[in-house]
Amino acid sequence: MDFDMTPEQQLIIDNVRRFVREEVIPLEEKMDPDASAPPPEDLERLKNQVRDMGLYGLGIPPEFGGPDVGIVTQTLMAIEMAQHRGGLYSPCFGAFGGAGLAQLFEATEDQKERYLYPVLKGEKHGFFGLTEPSGGSDPARAIQTRAVKEGDDWVLNGAKIFISGADKADFGILFARTDPDAGRGGITCFLVDTDMPGFHVRRVVHTLRSTHYATEIQIENLRIPAANVLGEVNKGFGIANDRLSRQRIPYAAGCIGVAIKAQEMAVDYVKIRETFGAPLATRQSIQWMIVDNEIDIRTSRFVTLDAALRSEKGESFRTEAAMAKLLASEAGGRVVDRVMQIHGGYGMTKDLPLERWYREMRIRRIGEGPSEVQRLVMARDIIGGSFH
Amino acid sequence: MSIRLEKPWLALNSENVNRLQGQLGVYQIANQQKEILSINYAGGRSLFGLQGDLTDLLEKTQGETLYFRVEVNMQYMTRHEELLMIHVADFGELPEHNQKIRKHKLGKLSIA
Repeated sequence: MDFDMTPEQQLIIDNVRRFVREEVIPLEEKMDPDASAPPPEDLERLKNQVRDMGLYGLGIPPEFGGPDVGIVTQTLMAIEMAQHRGGLYSPCFGAFGGAGLAQLFEATEDQKERYLYPVLKGEKHGFFGLTEPSGGSDPARAIQTRAVKEGDDWVLNGAKIFISGADKADFGILFARTDPDAGRGGITCFLVDTDMPGFHVRRVVHTLRSTHYATEIQIENLRIPAANVLGEVNKGFGIANDRLSRQRIPYAAGCIGVAIKAQEMAVDYVKIRETFGAPLATRQSIQWMIVDNEIDIRTSRFVTLDAALRSEKGESFRTEAAMAKLLASEAGGRVVDRVMQIHGGYGMTKDLPLERWYREMRIRRIGEGPSEVQRLVMARDIIGGSFH
Repeated sequence: MSIRLEKPWLALNSENVNRLQGQLGVYQIANQQKEILSINYAGGRSLFGLQGDLTDLLEKTQGETLYFRVEVNMQYMTRHEELLMIHVADFGELPEHNQKIRKHKLGKLSIA
């Protein structure tokens, strides 16, 4: 595999790196250390700069107005975009735009008119409603929200948890069980307007992240027209599963970006910080930490770019994406932990971004499927599906 | 845990404020009728956390009869937003001194 950047990729990455360092990081210095959104006028200015770079709408297919950027380049960009304090969960504060809900590109023309195009224009926002109180890693079995056909409508009852953005969304993609006896073959995906009677956001779920809370949703006799079924009835699991696999690559890339930035901080600090009359850089225990960081970063980067390349070439990438997500989220946690150790007391403070990354990186081992599920996915592919 | 901040109101005076620690968290300010005037947080850039923020407020509001209550909370940003949403759900609008916040940018809660 050749991961040398093309001249075009190098130009894009240089631009994104400059953007992060010259535009994003200076804004963060004035914001609360846990904040993820600059003042609206600053965000608009950043978006305009991204538009000028021709990179706005990342992830949106070119035929829908997005930039013509391949998955490998997008992954390289995601690594750069995460290299600031809030970069793990709010890379560049969202200045690069993007549709977010890729499933909508497969919607019917009527559904695209009502949901996709308003999203692309920034007029509507959506959420992805998969996880339930009974679990999120095994949607085939955990989904208990029921959808029952009544005339031309479907009537939904149930609950969802750990759903991001449902309280601010205009609509959501929501998964419900339409055949109780069919396992993964009994799940259907619905488009739900949040102002429909029976849709309730009951509470904020606070986590280690101090911004971007999750929510808990209750669905009570929510009546949805048949025209709001996304895809086919009982084929919703494929929609959920496809999203989970694709999402693992940028998820891994964000972890790598933060790890690179933390390592950069460590390398700078060990040269200037002296203990017992000599720089930290001369201590073997510190050198080994720096080397272990580098090994973690390079292995994660290699595997993640391999997954991106396979995806770009249209090859199967499920094992590689799971491996990338597992490696990068665990390696990122180790790197940030070592860099905190190197920084001593300062590493624990909100003066530096490390304590925020430490909290947020812990979530990365759970979000988008925990490490154990990634291993399960890989084991199924390696050993064979009949042994799970 | 109640999602509302339901601790007893304390008079905003130096005696009560000096009892606070320099921790991070959220606080509410109310008038004599115990109507909430503002919901704020002492975040990672505050010099002395809740005590520092309320000392500053005390100095700026000399002569006014105000009340406060606090909640020490490391998730001060999400808790702040949650308290604002609860206030909108309960009263239909933001507190008087939080009007600069764009209401449409806040989420909507349907509290059971």
